Amino acid sequence: MSDTVDADAHPIGLKIRNGSKIYPGTQALKNVDFDLRMGAVNVLVGENGAGKSTLMKVIAGVEQLNGGTIELDGQEIVFADKSEAARHGVGIVFQELNLFPNLTVAENIFVGHEKTRGGIHIDRAAQTTAARALMKRLEQNIDPGTPLGNLRIGQQQIVEIAKALAENARILILDEPTSALSAAEVEVLFRVIKDLKQQGVGIVYISHRLEELIRIGDYITVLRDGAITGSRSMQGVDIPWIVANMIGSASKEFPKTVAHDLGQEVFRVEEICLPSPAGGYAVDHMSLAVREGEIVGLYGLMGAGRSELLECIMAQHPNSSGRMFISGQAVREKSVAGRIRRGLALIPEDRKRDGLIQIMSIRENLTMSSLLDFTRGFHLSLKAEAAKAAEFVKRMAIKIASLEHPVSSLSGGNQQKVVIGKALMTKPKILLMDEPSRGIDIGAKAEIFRTMRHLAADGLGILFVTSDLEEVLALSDRILVMANGRLTGQFPAGANAADVVSAATPNLNRIEAQ
Amino acid sequence: MSSTEAAGNVKTVIGGSKSRTSALLMLLHMRTFVALILVFVFFAIAAPNFLSAGNMLIISKHVALNALLAIGMTFVIIAGGIDLSVGSIVGLCAMVAGYLVLYGIDLGFLGVAYSLQFNTIEICLIVLVVGIFIGSINGFLITKLNVAPFIATLGTLYVARGAALLFSEGRTFPNLAGNPEYGSDTFRVIGSGTFFGLPVSVWIMVVVALIAAYLATRTPLGRHIYAVGGNERGAALSGVRVDRVKMLVYMFSGLCAALVGLIISSQLQASHPATGETFELNAIAAAVLGGTSMSGGRGRIGGTIVGAFVIGILADGLIMMGVSSFWQTVIKGLVIIAAVVVDQVQQKLQARVVLQQNAD
Repeated sequence: MSDTVDADAHPIGLKIRNGSKIYPGTQALKNVDFDLRMGAVNVLVGENGAGKSTLMKVIAGVEQLNGGTIELDGQEIVFADKSEAARHGVGIVFQELNLFPNLTVAENIFVGHEKTRGGIHIDRAAQTTAARALMKRLEQNIDPGTPLGNLRIGQQQIVEIAKALAENARILILDEPTSALSAAEVEVLFRVIKDLKQQGVGIVYISHRLEELIRIGDYITVLRDGAITGSRSMQGVDIPWIVANMIGSASKEFPKTVAHDLGQEVFRVEEICLPSPAGGYAVDHMSLAVREGEIVGLYGLMGAGRSELLECIMAQHPNSSGRMFISGQAVREKSVAGRIRRGLALIPEDRKRDGLIQIMSIRENLTMSSLLDFTRGFHLSLKAEAAKAAEFVKRMAIKIASLEHPVSSLSGGNQQKVVIGKALMTKPKILLMDEPSRGIDIGAKAEIFRTMRHLAADGLGILFVTSDLEEVLALSDRILVMANGRLTGQFPAGANAADVVSAATPNLNRIEAQ
Repeated sequence: MSSTEAAGNVKTVIGGSKSRTSALLMLLHMRTFVALILVFVFFAIAAPNFLSAGNMLIISKHVALNALLAIGMTFVIIAGGIDLSVGSIVGLCAMVAGYLVLYGIDLGFLGVAYSLQFNTIEICLIVLVVGIFIGSINGFLITKLNVAPFIATLGTLYVARGAALLFSEGRTFPNLAGNPEYGSDTFRVIGSGTFFGLPVSVWIMVVVALIAAYLATRTPLGRHIYAVGGNERGAALSGVRVDRVKMLVYMFSGLCAALVGLIISSQLQASHPATGETFELNAIAAAVLGGTSMSGGRGRIGGTIVGAFVIGILADGLIMMGVSSFWQTVIKGLVIIAAVVVDQVQQKLQARVVLQQNAD
């Protein structure tokens, strides 16, 4: 597709020079120089937290630079907000869907800039016609009058793209647009992108799926820790080059694996299956085992079925099937409480929604799963409870002013420690951790990783899910890779990063063969 | 104003008057109690005879009924639900009690010419079981059939009220004096007896309140009720049996309503099918006035009792002053709104103080 890249054929439409963005505590962008070429696909790649999203938010006017300049068509410009950027032809499709399930497809496409008569009366017919034309362009057989909630997630993503197109974007930013799409829908999207390119639209494309990037990209920019580590035309770029630039040679301050002997197998799952609402299986006959004192890293891209697997193990999906064994004993308990009693504990991915009860105090959150330990008959001993909570605050090094403050007053890292403390208080044999470092700063991350190491050294089996390549490489005693609900790779510690990435994107060979 | 300026202002507000802030917080924290003292003092001055022992007894009897319902309601609301059916359960239970006292259960439908008669204790137990049973229907609809609490209990509100009317075809069961032969002549004690100088109904309220307060603060079940209302998903993932907790709170609410039904039919020595209409609203008002958050997860039994006293004293005091019942209704509404507004102010202030303490 991009056999010959001629720089002159792709004029630079938007230019960032020396761009810096500072958030309290972290520098998200460090003196970034970025050229966005029109009529081409500008690919942006980097680990989670590398600054891709921040860079895109700057271009789309959602955030403003602290230093440096943005030039649009050779003129310096500052976007005060998203709508100003939109007026200049910059459209963005966010990774999270920003749609209204209760409104129709047409209403969603034109929300915020409705087609009206006299500024009051919504011109329903005009909106429907325009929406139908957009759907035709995107090769989708979706009726504009359908309520959005009735569509599959992939179709909703298409509607989100249509929304950006409806505003006649000259620059279109796509943040992980394919994470929820089926293979056929991805093909459609790629055709649309090709179309847009020919019309001179400059496209910025962010994805973790490296094979996709190589296939459709014309230019590639790699970010690491807020700085650009590589920028070139896509010609001759291969996955090892991308990975090398993404994670660099110097590893972050992750605790080195302290050698300790692994014990017996403590946990095994066999043939776990979870039917997916979109058809097929979200978790497809997964089997794995964890030994005492072993940290098993489960790597995979978004939608690979990793979180779903952990949820199946924690009795969240009544429709799942499969067998589970703890220390060789079958687990038949169907309730969360029963599985916690058997020695399973889960650190959920979404701390706010699943991990904590925000309005309750730190003490109450810490002891939520182990109240029976402080109960005789009916009577709950508040004294014993507070003592235990204080012990765990100390042990987990949670920074608090008082045990009685609401847990919502803590920082992300300290909240995560509360969640882990709650899980550990149940004296688990296996700790399941879903993205344990999500949304916390570097310092707290390192602490959490150290804690994981210590726990493993004490004989706990840990199965943790992550989409951070560096994390899985540095932390795991063994690496498992999932894609499309299946186990697609198994590596020892110290595996080659490129191999792990390839296993996570099993479609690579098929696409390269084309 | 730029955000840095705003941040600076906030800081000076907090830093400049830290002691005043915490004093204010303390006052807000005790707001229902402060309100109680205010209305009490006001009526003591404004209404002659308000402070007489007789009047106090009457007020406490009135309050006991609403407080009992409000205790059950508080648990339901803390768990994130609502129970609109309590007034109707009161009515139905009053009718069941009246029927049992008057007729017992006629076994004619079995072809036996004999009717079962019950003594007072048995009657009470049966009525309480009826209340718990209707509560469990609410719980079943909400947990197993996923009906929204508002709708489920609105449904049982109508069904229970209809059932109460069907019982007597709309008539009143009069003269519930009971029959010494069957041991049911003591039925009137529940509503009109006294014990150590206090009405039995007030004792019932005190005992239920103490049990409820213990349940709420000193048992795993109580903690789980708060957790379910605070974050149902988070509670479930922590191993809380959410469905069981919800079931229990609705059953407890039904039990409280049945107690009220018993007390009223005994007090009046008659049961009328319209007994308890709109009682659910007074119970909700008492709970909210006492600091229970309608979004769940927050509330205290002590607060609810004080809230019930505020409403009760306000109502009776205004009557004694001769204020028209129309104005009484308006004033009650204003008090409830004021309570919720103050609650919001307190929460904002509290969050700010905690943030500041963490920063220090």
